[in-house]
Amino acid sequence: MFTNASNFTNDVDLTFAIIIGISLFFLIGLTALMIYFMVRYHHKRNPVAKDIHGHVGLEILWTVVPTILVLVMFYYGWSGYTDMRKVPDDAMKITATGRMWSWTFEYENGKKTDTLVIPIDKPVKLDLLSEDVIHSLYIPAFRVKEDLVPGDTNYMWFIGQQLGTYNILCAEYCGDRHSYMVSKVDVIEQQAFETWYNDTTQATLEGAEAGLALLKQNACMSCHSVDGTTMVGPSFKGLFGRNTEIESNGIVKNITADELYIIKSIEDPAADVVKGFSNIMPAYKDKMTQKELEQMIEYIKTLK
Amino acid sequence: MDNHAIDSHLNFYETKRGLFSWIFTLDHKRIALLYLYSISLFFLVGVALGFLMRLELFSPGGQVMDPRTYNQVFTFHGVIMIFLVIIPSIPAVFGNFFLPIMIGTDDVALPRLNLFSWWLYIFGALMALGTLMFGNGPADTGWTFYAPYSVTSDTNVSMLLLAAFILGFSSILTGLNFIVTIHRLRAPQMPWFRMPLFAWGLYATAWIQLLATPIVGITLLMVVMERTFGIGLFDPSLGGDPILYQHLFWIYSHPVVYVMILPAMGIVSEVIPTSAQRTIFGYKAIALSSMAIAFLGYFVWGHHMFTSGMSDQARVVFSFITFLVAIPTAIKVFNWIATLYKGSIYITPNLLWSTAFIFNFLIGGLTGLINGALAADVHVHDTTYIVAHFHYTMFGGTIFVFLGALHYWFPKIWGRMYNQKLAYWALGLTFVGFNILYGAMLTVGVKGMPRRYYDYLPQFEFLNKVATVGSWILIIGILLMIYNLIRSARKGEIAPRNPWNGVTLEWQVPSPPPLHNFDRPFILSEKGPYDFSLLEKINEVEQKPLDH
Repeated sequence: MFTNASNFTNDVDLTFAIIIGISLFFLIGLTALMIYFMVRYHHKRNPVAKDIHGHVGLEILWTVVPTILVLVMFYYGWSGYTDMRKVPDDAMKITATGRMWSWTFEYENGKKTDTLVIPIDKPVKLDLLSEDVIHSLYIPAFRVKEDLVPGDTNYMWFIGQQLGTYNILCAEYCGDRHSYMVSKVDVIEQQAFETWYNDTTQATLEGAEAGLALLKQNACMSCHSVDGTTMVGPSFKGLFGRNTEIESNGIVKNITADELYIIKSIEDPAADVVKGFSNIMPAYKDKMTQKELEQMIEYIKTLK
Repeated sequence: MDNHAIDSHLNFYETKRGLFSWIFTLDHKRIALLYLYSISLFFLVGVALGFLMRLELFSPGGQVMDPRTYNQVFTFHGVIMIFLVIIPSIPAVFGNFFLPIMIGTDDVALPRLNLFSWWLYIFGALMALGTLMFGNGPADTGWTFYAPYSVTSDTNVSMLLLAAFILGFSSILTGLNFIVTIHRLRAPQMPWFRMPLFAWGLYATAWIQLLATPIVGITLLMVVMERTFGIGLFDPSLGGDPILYQHLFWIYSHPVVYVMILPAMGIVSEVIPTSAQRTIFGYKAIALSSMAIAFLGYFVWGHHMFTSGMSDQARVVFSFITFLVAIPTAIKVFNWIATLYKGSIYITPNLLWSTAFIFNFLIGGLTGLINGALAADVHVHDTTYIVAHFHYTMFGGTIFVFLGALHYWFPKIWGRMYNQKLAYWALGLTFVGFNILYGAMLTVGVKGMPRRYYDYLPQFEFLNKVATVGSWILIIGILLMIYNLIRSARKGEIAPRNPWNGVTLEWQVPSPPPLHNFDRPFILSEKGPYDFSLLEKINEVEQKPLDH
């Protein structure tokens, strides 16, 4: 509590503290009263009960007092929240995209990463997009969370106020690997950020290395392992040249995984589904250039 | 069934025998027991699934199942517990059994419809179970069926949705039946404000069942249409709107939590006066606050969507109305506790189940205040905090009262007394286990662990272990309670008419009651349903010899 990790952390924690304080008072007070009555008015101590039908004054009292208290709580919740929706004009814009089951952050200069890197003490606005189902971007330490709704736009903003690395989690259930849809936000010094921001060496990777980077960027690795473990999809390890049993339009057949097969599986994964796996992969048709496809295959070939 | 010639010395078990005399019965008491046995069965299935989930979460990484199976398990747990257990639980079992007796009549207004709603329940339940066998495995969407995931999932979502649709009809018909029964069949000497408070709880509930359930029915059907014909209502890739689904779903599914809790509040309002041997404090306040909760409950659904991208203005309005619901709820709690004041209290497992309910429900209600406060809700939304809050109200609330009611009315239903010592042990274990389990989940949620997580970060491990250990204690408590009740129903001491010295009408009929409920004219006070000055007169009947 009150770590000041983001500009919202302390306000939200104050709202928590106020509500929990009031709640504990009532929980402990009412429970104690209940137990006291059960002991004090036990039939052995109080053999004759007294019928009391009610008391208008008390009814008014315990209507008015809770009303005032909940209005106070409403006020704190509301005022803290209003700030969360008011983005300062000078906020740095980043597009956050979620898909089953990974995150991509795209900066204004076109730089794309799978972890969020932000400068300290600078407002950041995330435009939230989803490519498939609903996800929810949640940074517990910052006390922020908003849903990524496909076909809709949503946003959030915050200021990272403490250097460090914090978890980004997906809070809206999104399928098999929901709990593995994890990333990080790195809050770093302004200068370090600028160096990082202007470094675009990633684009100059070649061959298998570029292929690996592409597989990471496009969330392939959320479902396909490179070490032979079976996750949601078949492992990339030993994939090239493997004899595979597939289901194509309800017909089971054996094929050898060659370049054409892999390209087809990327562009139209529903056409041939490897036996024992579900047909859940999104199609990447027209999202990859021929060169990118070749680079990815080149990398897969190295996994023997 | 024409039963007018039946000897009133026979209780309702003895009038007819055989399987068909049960599954085609029109007697509200037998239908209540049909519901009780089916609901208990599904409750145990739901508990077993919950047990498996907690085992999976004992340590990080995969433990006993793969992620897909885990997702199917929590979906099935939710669907069973919501649609097959909690929604029907108190109205269909205790409402059916006791509402006609408590308002002084011999059956519900529409007995055939009553039997039909049980059959619909069974049909819906079999369809839900059918998803285990047909199609590509049971649904993995969570019980909320959020679009577009529910539209694109390759599991058998459609069949489960149709099952929920049918179960909705069962609930609507029960609600309709109770409204008609309360309006038309109340004893002539019983005006509205002399009805027992359990009847008030059922009445408020019945209106929600009748008016809100059709909305979820049609919504779930729309998802089935979307899956089958791709008509584009909720899936944006077909031109639909996923937020629309959430609105339609919660327009029903928030009011329905009051369907689940209001009858429970009604039962607590019965048990406390009987245990304190005095009239209820603030009868009208309790009765009318049920109606206020039922009414306000329609307008708070948006608090499930504070992070959904719904408009900011809507979020503020929904937050405000949500806080208003807290007021009538608080009024009830204050009145219950005030009823203990200057009573002559008999401590029984019945009373302790009710006070355990008040404690759990206070936590459930107070943690709900954080959900109502916008800034705080954003942090805990969709974490295990929400799951724990919900279980505090529904399990610690409704199910605790359901189990308490099983004890309170046990002598009346089975004509025997239960073993009190075992009952205390079972209650103690259930209460302690429950609070360890969900207390740990509340805390780990505030620390930031999202709900519906198959695996988690290492910092959440300790509290998850605590929660799993709590689940074991809880289950031992429940099993002990079931053992005690089954054994007592067969071998317990024979129960008198009025073992707890209650004054409402069910304590004026034999235990178990005869087919037409009343064997003598009943006694009603002009001072309301909880007039304990009548107790001696009511218990005089007991002195006269009973023939069975």
